Amino acid sequence: MSIKIGDIPYNDRIDQGIDNEFMRQAVSSAQGRFRTGRLTQAEVLGDWEDWRQIGEEIRTHTLENIDYYLYQLSEQVEKRGVHVFFAETAEEANEYVENVIKKKKAKKVVKTKSMVTEEIGLNHALENAGATVVESDLGEWILQLDEDPPSHIVTPALHKNRQQIRDTFTEKRGYDQTDSPEELAAFARQQLREEFLSADVGITGCNFAIADSGAVTLVTNEGNAEMVTALPDTQITVMGMERIVPTWEDMEVLVSLLTRAAVGQKLTSYITAITGTRLDEEVDGPEEYHLVIVDNGRSKILGTEFQSALHCIRCAACINVCPVYRHVGGHAYNSIYPGPIGAVLTPLLDGYDDHKELPYASSLCAACTEACPVKIPLHELLIRHREIIVEEEKRSPAMERIAMKGFAQWASHPAAYKLSAKMARTALKPWTDEEFVENGPGPLKGWTDVRDFPAPGKQTFRTWWHNHQKGAKK
Amino acid sequence: MKVSLFITCISDIVFSEVGKDSVELLERLGCEVDFPEGQTCCGQPAYNSGYVQEAKKAMKQMIRAFKDSEYVVGPSGSCVGMLREYPHIFKGDPEWEKEAIALAEKSYEITQFIVDVLGVTDVGSTFKGKVTYHPSCHMTRVLGVKEAPQTLLEHVEGIEYVELPVKEDCCGFGGTFAIKNAVISQEMVKEKSQHVSETGAEYLVGGDMGCLMNIGGRMRREGKDVEVVHITKILNTHEQGGEGHEYQNRRYSL
Repeated sequence: MSIKIGDIPYNDRIDQGIDNEFMRQAVSSAQGRFRTGRLTQAEVLGDWEDWRQIGEEIRTHTLENIDYYLYQLSEQVEKRGVHVFFAETAEEANEYVENVIKKKKAKKVVKTKSMVTEEIGLNHALENAGATVVESDLGEWILQLDEDPPSHIVTPALHKNRQQIRDTFTEKRGYDQTDSPEELAAFARQQLREEFLSADVGITGCNFAIADSGAVTLVTNEGNAEMVTALPDTQITVMGMERIVPTWEDMEVLVSLLTRAAVGQKLTSYITAITGTRLDEEVDGPEEYHLVIVDNGRSKILGTEFQSALHCIRCAACINVCPVYRHVGGHAYNSIYPGPIGAVLTPLLDGYDDHKELPYASSLCAACTEACPVKIPLHELLIRHREIIVEEEKRSPAMERIAMKGFAQWASHPAAYKLSAKMARTALKPWTDEEFVENGPGPLKGWTDVRDFPAPGKQTFRTWWHNHQKGAKK
Repeated sequence: MKVSLFITCISDIVFSEVGKDSVELLERLGCEVDFPEGQTCCGQPAYNSGYVQEAKKAMKQMIRAFKDSEYVVGPSGSCVGMLREYPHIFKGDPEWEKEAIALAEKSYEITQFIVDVLGVTDVGSTFKGKVTYHPSCHMTRVLGVKEAPQTLLEHVEGIEYVELPVKEDCCGFGGTFAIKNAVISQEMVKEKSQHVSETGAEYLVGGDMGCLMNIGGRMRREGKDVEVVHITKILNTHEQGGEGHEYQNRRYSL
């Protein structure tokens, strides 16, 4: 897998999402829970807007000085016996990890949940190299068994219900109990325990790398990151180059925002810090540790009007409030990064060719912008994408371009505008019945398929205004 | 106080009553209202679709039209929100930036103007009926007006106010979104219509005719007996003979 998850055309994906009643039910109720949780926790914390402000400042400062902090991070981790590799592309990152696996003659790799390894298609590369890869995050493990892509960046199997999960476990792993979450989780835990114990290499993602101390931190709820980082002798962390904070203090602010914004938790069950290889007096931890820092298109975003998209801390708050996401689901975006942040980030990382519809998959309601804990102006960035698609890429439909040229003429010539306002009622007359259009022509069709369109009133405002003024003068 | 009405193109062309109610309401509150005839559209349909050059042509016309106005007041959070974005859009433009800033600084959404500028929270209106309110996305999140419309509604005598569930959710209008992504927009408006039904309200009130046209159009299609009105109609209904203007295309119920 890579950023793009399939080849189904946009309109078909939207239809598939909308027709998937079950998925929509699951997404809608999850969104309800996450939204309430976030709002409650923001209130409990108090000064939420101040926290957001500080969060934004930390991210802005970090990204503006990212060269400095990446250098500092690499110096610090190297001091702790860690091998650092800067990968410019997905291929370079995969190749590096493959070489480590080969050198270690590793047969089994266990992983924590990591979006960047999804992005670069690491599992696929490792399997080609002959290793067995086991996802240890429950949601990711379910998806791996079912060969299904993630539909959400925090809860990747959000689109599945427990009956579907039971069926997957039964089919793939011989599970024979009920669909109760407790029994399902107990089964997964028992299955995964054996994987942890027999793995040769552990691979993690990274929520925040602390530049001044060289620590990699992971924020999880299941405890699987502890297993992945404590048991195998060889460890590899793959991080997007922007997953970095200057200090522990900055990390504390961002993690406070992250857990609240993501799932409405004050704190997650686990925050794991990896601080290099095992020291002489330590009983666990890796003998060998590699940190792979992935660019894969990120540095091209630096210094552009989209730089703030790199501020994202992957909390999914924007996804959890998005009404478009609620109705079409994550897979409709055809990207491992769905929702508003996905619609902004995907075309930046993977180009417009396969993703030019995404910036339009938003009513620009700005719920995302309001929810974002680090204040990324998501809906404005979607408009920027549209501007580029229209003005630089020249990819907008011909009819739309003509219509917009017409709009500009209309709206910049008051006489033409006034005339059209006067004529609107008459123009719509053939389709009007009882003051409403129920089967509209041309572009109105999409509207009147499910809604009526009101006919312009008999007396225009301007006629009334003239009479009103005369009345006032009398 | 001298006020120029910015009627918005949707009310200019489709919902003229909103303009009439706005004028009468502002006059009743002591404003001297004028209507600059050169006004057209704020440019939002083009701007939000990525056609910045086309949008700017509309915006320049609006700047010209309201050049001499003291205050510009419009019955739409979304369209006024667009005017307030002009300085950002014309940033660095030697000819237009200053004028864009001037227009943005004197532009207000009508309830915002009444509460924040006139300092009035009770406009002395009386309205009998069960009312719910949809706070439009651009009104609340782009323009940042959350309290004013609700404050004004709370002071209307005789009104029975019921809260709309998940009211902050978008209705699916989104301007060109409703056409370009009609299928998604449809699902959003169905959900909003469902929420309105859950309140049992007789009236759905809002501050943006785009959203109301969307929700109202859906509810009429579903045969729901809910009347959809702009907040200015409620505020322009009072015991001194004012009833607000009957919407010619008001019959959202079949």
